[in-house]
Amino acid sequence: MNFPISCPTPVSTSATIQMAHGGGGRRSHDLIERLFLPAFCNQTLEERHDGAVLDVCGQKLAFTTDSHVVSPLFFPGGDIGKLAVCGTVNDLLMCGARPRWLSVGFILEEGLSVEVLERVVASMSETAAEAGVQVVTGDTKVVDRGKGDGIYINTAGIGTIAGEAPSPARVRSGDVILLSGDIGRHGIAVMAQREGLAFESMIESDCALLSAPVVAMLEAGVEIHCLRDLTRGGLATALVEIAKASGNRCRIDERAIPVREDVRGACEILGLDPLYVANEGRFMVILPENEVSRALEILRSCGVSEEACRIGEVCENCDGGEVLLRGTIGVDRILDMLSGEQLPRIC
Amino acid sequence: MKYIDEYRDAADARRFAAAIRKVVTRPWAIMEVCGGQTHAILRFGIDELLPPEVTLIHGPGCPVCVTPLELIDKAAELAARPEVIFCSFGDMLRVPGSRDDLLTVKSRGGDVRIVYSPLDAVKVAQANPGREVVFFAVGFETTAPANAMAVHQANRLGVSNFSILVSHVLVPPAIEAILSGPENRVQGFLGAGHVCAVVGTAEYEPIVRKYRVPIVVTGFEPVDILHGIYLCVRQLEEGRAEVENQYARSVRAEGNRFAQEMVAAVFEVVPRKWRGLGEIPGSGLGLCQEYAEFDAERRFGLAAGGAPEPAECISGLILQGLKKPFECPVFGTSCTPDHPFGATMVSNEGACAAYYRYGRKMEV
Repeated sequence: MNFPISCPTPVSTSATIQMAHGGGGRRSHDLIERLFLPAFCNQTLEERHDGAVLDVCGQKLAFTTDSHVVSPLFFPGGDIGKLAVCGTVNDLLMCGARPRWLSVGFILEEGLSVEVLERVVASMSETAAEAGVQVVTGDTKVVDRGKGDGIYINTAGIGTIAGEAPSPARVRSGDVILLSGDIGRHGIAVMAQREGLAFESMIESDCALLSAPVVAMLEAGVEIHCLRDLTRGGLATALVEIAKASGNRCRIDERAIPVREDVRGACEILGLDPLYVANEGRFMVILPENEVSRALEILRSCGVSEEACRIGEVCENCDGGEVLLRGTIGVDRILDMLSGEQLPRIC
Repeated sequence: MKYIDEYRDAADARRFAAAIRKVVTRPWAIMEVCGGQTHAILRFGIDELLPPEVTLIHGPGCPVCVTPLELIDKAAELAARPEVIFCSFGDMLRVPGSRDDLLTVKSRGGDVRIVYSPLDAVKVAQANPGREVVFFAVGFETTAPANAMAVHQANRLGVSNFSILVSHVLVPPAIEAILSGPENRVQGFLGAGHVCAVVGTAEYEPIVRKYRVPIVVTGFEPVDILHGIYLCVRQLEEGRAEVENQYARSVRAEGNRFAQEMVAAVFEVVPRKWRGLGEIPGSGLGLCQEYAEFDAERRFGLAAGGAPEPAECISGLILQGLKKPFECPVFGTSCTPDHPFGATMVSNEGACAAYYRYGRKMEV
C-alpha cells in the first residue's frame, strides 16, 4: 500500500467562531496565540498569566478581566453574580495580589425580570463584601429580546501586590504541585442543571472565593512560585499551560487527585474526564519542597481548601514542556489540553 | 466507587499482566472490537503492561468513527434547514463531513441540540409541534434498543413531527468482514461486553467455528480487559477457539430479551456502509416497513450518494487493524482532534484520537 509522503494540504481553521473557541481549551489557546497576542503585542501580555502585573509609580498592581455567560443564571452552589465576583477576584489572587476594586458591566436582555437582576446584584454585593473588594465603576447595556441569555456580566479588577508576584516563569524543577481540593464539581453541577440530568445526589458547584487561603499564605511569607485557578479546561489544561509556559516536565499522580464519588459517577455516565471538567473554586500552588508542609497547614486551615493535597512535582526542564500523569494502574501517559469542548459520549 | 475501583486495581492489573506473560510463547494479534475498550487501553496504558508477543489491533467498534461520510453530510443538510431541530448524542457533533460538521452548522444558525437519550428528542418534538425534530440514530446493538423505543413511543403517542436519521451497525458482520479479508492478521477477538449484554453470545458461535478464532466477551475496565486478553491468549496457546465470557457480571448467554424484541419490532437488518470499510452486507439496521414514516431520509427526500473520503486519511486501514495511527503521514501534524481528517481522529473512542490524546505520537 502506498501513502502520499508529500506535504499534506493544510486544513484552514474554522471560518466561524464555535463554542469551543470560548471553552478554555486548545481552540481558545489558538485564538489567543494567533489573533490576540500578535494584534496587541506587548511584554505584559506575553507573560500569558491570569492577569497583568503592572508597575505604577513603584506600586505593583494586578489587573484582570473576566466575562460571565453561564446558563442557567442560578445553579446549585452559586449564581452568575457570585461567579462574576469570584472569577475576577480569584484571578487577581492568582497574581499574588490583594483584590481591591472591581468594575461591573451588565448586558441585560429586554424582558428580564427585575427581581432576577436584584437577586444577582444582591449575590454580587454579598460576595464582594466577603472578598473585601469595592465595586467602584460600572456600565449597563440592554439588548433586544432573544439576543442574550438574560444577563451577561463582565467584571474587571485591580489588586495590589506586595512582594514578588507568582508567575509560571518562576516555576523550577524540584517544585511541588499542590491542589486545593476535589475537582470537577462546577462543570458537572452546571451541566446537570442545564440539561436536566438527575443524579442520585445534588452536585453543588465549588464556586468560591479563594481569598482566605491565598492571603494567609502571602501574609505568612510562603515562597510561592505559581498560583493557578482551575476554571474552564480543568486541572489538565491549567497544568499543561504552566508546563508549556515554564518549559518543564510536570509529573502528577491520578490516584492523589481527589474527585468526589458523585462527580466521578456523573463523569463515568457521561464519558467525561474529571481532569478536564471546569471548576470555580479550586487552585494549584506550585512551590519549593521546603515550603510544602507550611503551605499545606495553612491551606487545610481554610474551609475552601481544607482537603488540599500534594498531587505531583515539577521535574526536569524539557523542550516545550509537558505533563505526565501516572494513571490508576501505574502506567504513565501524557496529558494534553482540552481539545474542542467536552462532549458526552454515545456509549 | 463500587464496580469501578475493584476493576481499576493496580495490583490485580499487574497480576493479569504477569499471567499473560507466563502463558504466552509466541506472537499473537488480538483485536478489541469496541471503541470504548480502545479508549480504556490507551487511557490506562494497558498496552504497556503487555509482553511484546501480544499485539492489540484496534477494531471498527466506535459508532462515531464508522458512520459514513454521506450520512454526516445528510445530517448537516437536515440540521441547516430552518424547520428542523436536529438532536444528537454529543460526540457526533464534531465529526467532519465532506463540507461541515454539525458544530459549524450550529454556529451558522442551525438548531442543533445535544440529547442524552433518544426519548428526550421525542419530548423535544412534543414541545415543538410546529417544527420537525430529527434524531441522529447511530450506534451498535447497544444504542439500538433505546432508539427503537423512541420510535415506538413516538408512534404510540402520535408524535408525527419526529423522525430518525438511521446509521445503526452490527458487530458480528464486521468481525466476519475482517476475518474474510485477504490481509487479515487478527487471530482472536475481545468482544464488546455491552453489545453482548443486549444480544447475548449465541451470534458468535458460528463465527468461532467457521474461522477458528477465539472470541472473549470482555468488559471495559483495565482489569476486565487484561483478564479478557489473558483468556484469549490462553485459548490461542492451547489451540482452542471458543466463545468465552469474561464479563459475566453483565452478560448472560441469552442477552436482554426485552431489548431484542424492541429492536426486532422497529428495525430490520439492511446492508450498511461503514466509513473506511465500505459496504458490508447485512451489517446494519434500518427502520422496517411498519415504521418507515419515521425515516428522516425518506421524509425529507434526501438524495443518495456522497463525497469521497480525504485522500490522505488511512482510517479504513486503521479500522481493519492493518495500520497504526502513527503510521499515517498526517497523524498529529495536519490531522489532529481539532482538525480531524477522518473519523478515527474525531471521537474520543477513535484509535487516532486516543493515540493522540494519550501521547502515543513517538512510537515507531
